[in-house]
Amino acid sequence: MSLETRVTEIIIDKLGVKPEQVTMEAQFDTDLGADSIDQYELIMGFEDAFGLRIDEDEATKLTTVGKVVEYLKNKDLDN
Amino acid sequence: MNRIAVVTGAARGIGYSISRKLVSSGWSVAGCDVLEDDLMAASGKLGDAFSPWILDVTDEDAVKDVSGRIEKELGSVFGLVNNAGITRDGLIMRMKKSDWDIVLNVNLTGAFLMCRAFSRLMLRQKEGSIVNISSVVALLGAAGQANYVSTKAGLIGLTRALSREFAARNIRVNAIAPGFIETEMTRELSKEVREDYASRVPVKRMGQPENIADAVHFLLNDVSSYITGIVLPVDGGLTT
Repeated sequence: MSLETRVTEIIIDKLGVKPEQVTMEAQFDTDLGADSIDQYELIMGFEDAFGLRIDEDEATKLTTVGKVVEYLKNKDLDN
Repeated sequence: MNRIAVVTGAARGIGYSISRKLVSSGWSVAGCDVLEDDLMAASGKLGDAFSPWILDVTDEDAVKDVSGRIEKELGSVFGLVNNAGITRDGLIMRMKKSDWDIVLNVNLTGAFLMCRAFSRLMLRQKEGSIVNISSVVALLGAAGQANYVSTKAGLIGLTRALSREFAARNIRVNAIAPGFIETEMTRELSKEVREDYASRVPVKRMGQPENIADAVHFLLNDVSSYITGIVLPVDGGLTT
């Protein structure tokens, strides 16, 4: 499963949005309707799924789906 | 059901009484305090369901470290009771900034640090209940306690803010405002002052730590599942 697909599945699961809404450009707040605590939980979801810890400064920059994918790609994940 | 609660200031007074009530009701309690000897004595009296954790709640790194170790050793923490508190009384004209700072650090910043550490864990498990121990002085004011009163009012603000943040996440946050309770803290007052206090309470007596412990137990448990963001006075009618 590609990284994009895994990220998309987590977002669909956590935010209850439709797959077609989850484009790489989609903003979590304006496009996907996530409030600040939803976004915090999403970050926790990514941390659990990919076995890493995203520090707060970096987390606040991950405002779109694409930025999350890009961030995770640069992390050289084993799985 | 063997739920886990963390209680700060657990060694003496109201915190000890809360711990005893929770242990006797089948909870496991992680009791935190800076008073090592008193904490060990409490641990000896309360048995295996009570685990002692030496912790200065004003120490950011220590709170982070201890919260992680409690989670690891005991499991998912359901309840948090922010009870640790100190006084450094004095009229404001004579109040040293150091006396202001230390009371704010322990009573308010300590609760903030504990809430921050454990709310992350509660969010992950999607359940939890936090009880902050405020005071009637937050509602009534008290001469000579500008620092203490400010922190107890601050705890009400913290409670209400967090109750909004977590309401939709199955994490409840409430405060209790104890009135005049007989503890080590109030025993330091003179007999006259204590009698004066008691005479001003509608029920004409000071409260016992157990009265507060019962209220904490109520707010931690699912019987109060529709209650969040409240300040519950337990004060013999003082604020009515």
